[in-house]
Amino acid sequence: VRSDPSPDAGAPRPTRPRLDARAAYALHRLLAANRAYRALAALLERHPRVYRRFTAAEEATKRSLFGCRMCGRCALPVTGYTCPMTCPKQLRNGPCGGVAPDGGCEVYPELRCVWVLAWERAEAAPHGADLDLLALPVDHREQGRSSWVNYWQGRDERLWITPGGPR
Amino acid sequence: LTASASGSDPGSAAGPEGGLRGALAAGRPVVTAEIGPPRGADPEAVPKKAEPLRGWVDAVNITDNAGATARQSSLAGSVLALRAGVEPIMQLTCRDRNRLALQSDLLAAGALGIPNVLLMTGDHPGAGDHPDAMPVFDLDGLALTRAARMLRDKGTLLSGLPLTGRPGWLVGAVENPFAGPAGQRAARLATKADAGAEFVQTQFVFDLAWFGRWMDALAGSDVPARCAVLAGVGPIRSLRMLEFLRTGLGGVHVPDEVERRLRGVPGDQVAEEGVRMCVETVRRLLEMPGVAGIHLMSLGHERGLPELLERSGLAPDQRLGRRLAPERLGRRFVPDQRLTPSGHPGADPGGAGRAP
Repeated sequence: VRSDPSPDAGAPRPTRPRLDARAAYALHRLLAANRAYRALAALLERHPRVYRRFTAAEEATKRSLFGCRMCGRCALPVTGYTCPMTCPKQLRNGPCGGVAPDGGCEVYPELRCVWVLAWERAEAAPHGADLDLLALPVDHREQGRSSWVNYWQGRDERLWITPGGPR
Repeated sequence: LTASASGSDPGSAAGPEGGLRGALAAGRPVVTAEIGPPRGADPEAVPKKAEPLRGWVDAVNITDNAGATARQSSLAGSVLALRAGVEPIMQLTCRDRNRLALQSDLLAAGALGIPNVLLMTGDHPGAGDHPDAMPVFDLDGLALTRAARMLRDKGTLLSGLPLTGRPGWLVGAVENPFAGPAGQRAARLATKADAGAEFVQTQFVFDLAWFGRWMDALAGSDVPARCAVLAGVGPIRSLRMLEFLRTGLGGVHVPDEVERRLRGVPGDQVAEEGVRMCVETVRRLLEMPGVAGIHLMSLGHERGLPELLERSGLAPDQRLGRRLAPERLGRRFVPDQRLTPSGHPGADPGGAGRAP
């Protein structure tokens, strides 16, 4: 059992979201992609300084609510708004085999596994079926980029597939 | 011979009766075991551990830096096992390699004729001998399983580039029915089967009731038929081992009644009681609908495996005539026909008939 000076610094640690899942889904509707947002995203990408400020604001918001680590390929909409990048193994496809029967993380037993939280939150939302999706490997070039801009630009199409479907 | 009912067993490198794939195709109860490569460059260690198992098991896992402790690689260990005449299952974890290295090791396994791979996320380095190491986890076990099936079935890398020569291995995964959250673990296996796992080995089964509930949740689905379930077992031969399993090894569940039984016998009889319990567990597991076989983790007692198998009714001659009832497997396991190696000699070291 280790402890980091700040839960947001250093190695990823399971983070319990500070925002209720239903509220998060409601917030998503507010940010849902449309033409205006798409135009905004295009504008931001043409102006690097504004883009950086916008990204910093996104980071501040999502870090305080979800422990966001700015992977740039946001998985929150299909994980009951629980960030899988706070898993010590950064697993994007469900829990590992080391989760304690009571839901404790293998690496930080005193903390609850983010995927256990994700299941509880998605089931309650109710958005449980989202967890059956298979997340494709993360594009590491997007680290530190704005996932909102990426989403508005339609780049999230290939984040997940339905397993068992066409490979 | 019964094993070659399908007429060809392209992946069988060393198994006396068609190896893992042959046993699955024939509906025989499968037996796999496990070997950890040495911490060192000793070329004899793996053959020395493998040889006593030859003929007794269908295939042997070669672990990949198990417990996040650096060892000889599982690729080297698998080749050494092949040379010793024992069919390997090469374990591969996502902990130590990014997607380039994972794919190149999988292709290497194909070129070297390793007939089976077992793909997993892997323990966190924090638990091992290099807690200061970079945890890679570029892919997770599920993404790696899907990538492996892409290499083999589609003949492309994750990047989309085409391969020259496809690997021919069978794709396995691992699952822990005893990890949390309990209600979701059966669904987890279904997801792994959907991602492309053709067999799965489980964590140690000491709690048959719990394991039975997990299997029950899968009954009625086609998951056990698509993805053969090999239940993990092993003999607890000392109270020290009992304590290690209960506290030192994450993800293992030892119920109180097992502890009571082991503590209830005189000290010199603990080993025999542990073996007896393991034999009982194996016999009951093989009666469970959907269980295709066992994965034996010897807990340092490799030499005792033949005796344990014999007492469990799984000696080679006992197994030959034995069939798991087809209805127990849901549907008879049919290895994916796309498995055929694509005509490069390495994938077919046994010289068994190259499929059309």
